[in-house]
Amino acid sequence: MMAEVVLAVLLAAAAGIGTSVALTRDPTRQALVLSAYGLVLGMLMVALQAPDVALAQIGIGTAVVPLLVVLTVAKVERELSEGREPGDFEEGSDKGSSL
Amino acid sequence: MHEVLGVLPYAVAAWILLVGCYGIATSRSFIHVVVCLSLVQSSTYLMLLMVGWSHHATAPVFADVKPGVPVVDPVVQALTLTDIVVGGAVTALLLALTIQLAKRQGSIDPDRIRSLEEELEE
Amino acid sequence: MTRARASRLLLAVGGSGAAILMLLALGGLPRLGDVPHPYAERAVPAALSRHTANVISSVNFDQRAFDTMGEEFVLFAAAVAAVLLLRRFHDEEEDAHDLQYGPRDVWSAANLAGFALLAPTMMVGLYVVAHGAVSPGGGFQGGAVLATGLHLAYLAGDYVVLQRLRPVAVFDAAEAVGAAGFVLLGISALFVGDPFLTNWLPTGTLGALASAGMVELFNVAVGMEVASALVLLLAKFLEQALVVRGGGDA
Repeated sequence: MMAEVVLAVLLAAAAGIGTSVALTRDPTRQALVLSAYGLVLGMLMVALQAPDVALAQIGIGTAVVPLLVVLTVAKVERELSEGREPGDFEEGSDKGSSL
Repeated sequence: MHEVLGVLPYAVAAWILLVGCYGIATSRSFIHVVVCLSLVQSSTYLMLLMVGWSHHATAPVFADVKPGVPVVDPVVQALTLTDIVVGGAVTALLLALTIQLAKRQGSIDPDRIRSLEEELEE
Repeated sequence: MTRARASRLLLAVGGSGAAILMLLALGGLPRLGDVPHPYAERAVPAALSRHTANVISSVNFDQRAFDTMGEEFVLFAAAVAAVLLLRRFHDEEEDAHDLQYGPRDVWSAANLAGFALLAPTMMVGLYVVAHGAVSPGGGFQGGAVLATGLHLAYLAGDYVVLQRLRPVAVFDAAEAVGAAGFVLLGISALFVGDPFLTNWLPTGTLGALASAGMVELFNVAVGMEVASALVLLLAKFLEQALVVRGGGDA
């Protein structure tokens, strides 16, 4: 009885936060929401009697993947701000290839 | 109470799958696509674990319970476990491809990425 | 614009179609908790017969070890491919201006927290790998804890400290050793006349640390593989984000 109540609450939370993961457009903010979603998913897995899976989910889904996303955002933003406009790219690469 | 829950928990997995697909299809950035893809993948974790769950059963670890106590299905849990770790590595590969895209094409907007053929034609 | 509108229309049709099919399928599903489990009925006695308290570890490293070997090589291939994609190109340069060198003057709360948590986290990681056969945990989870825990050094010190603590070449080799170790452990069964990946070691008593036979060893190999793969991946992403500056032309 109690287990079902806990399950229902966590399922509702997972559905809600999962939706906001997909709808968050800013990648840095999305990484944070993904981390929160990973944590809720981990708790849901504990409620579903899967401690092994929860441990992996907390390690990978809450820590490693959001960290990789944040690092990718940092790299890509630097690359795009330092780099050429997309239109300039062909000229640059043409010069490079013709040499 | 489980009569009330019924099949609704499976609907949560289906919802997460669909909303993730919506996120991918309407995305303006490949980083967003990759995150949504891992969201889609997480719906399979939920589905598998919910199929394995049963009433009044404990985790399939006989560390502090005696053999013979009812436990939930360990097979789906083993599948999910390897899936999460391998999924993390594949997500990393996709993010690495996104970084390459930013370096080579100067954009990570799916609508502005050109194929190699288009690039050669110019 | 028409292309964007067409793709929206396609999404609406496909999405609602998939949603309707899933709703129809829901009606035919058994209620939560009322699913028959023919595999569980066989997997649990099989695990207990080999004195493996954690049935999930038994499924992963004993009953379905061949499948896990495949999974492990997917992980290996994905990590190698990502590292390959993130290598530094000849036209890119290193720019380490904003990285810290030497000891810092002031310790912030984050530094202290990172420093205090580093050793306990590594211990927990090793514990989780070692007790994979007897309690929740194992190579996959422990490897993730170890790899994440190591990066507390970045929180405690800075990038330079992390680099000293984490020689990439060592983890490169460790990843290969972990992947090859799994296969070699599987091959070891051939020498005692059993099929590939058989759990041929004595399985001890249920619940003891040295129980479950080969499961324990497979856990260590996978733990090494997962920890090294994740450390390598994080190392390459950190390097790209913090150090590598884009070259002039691609």
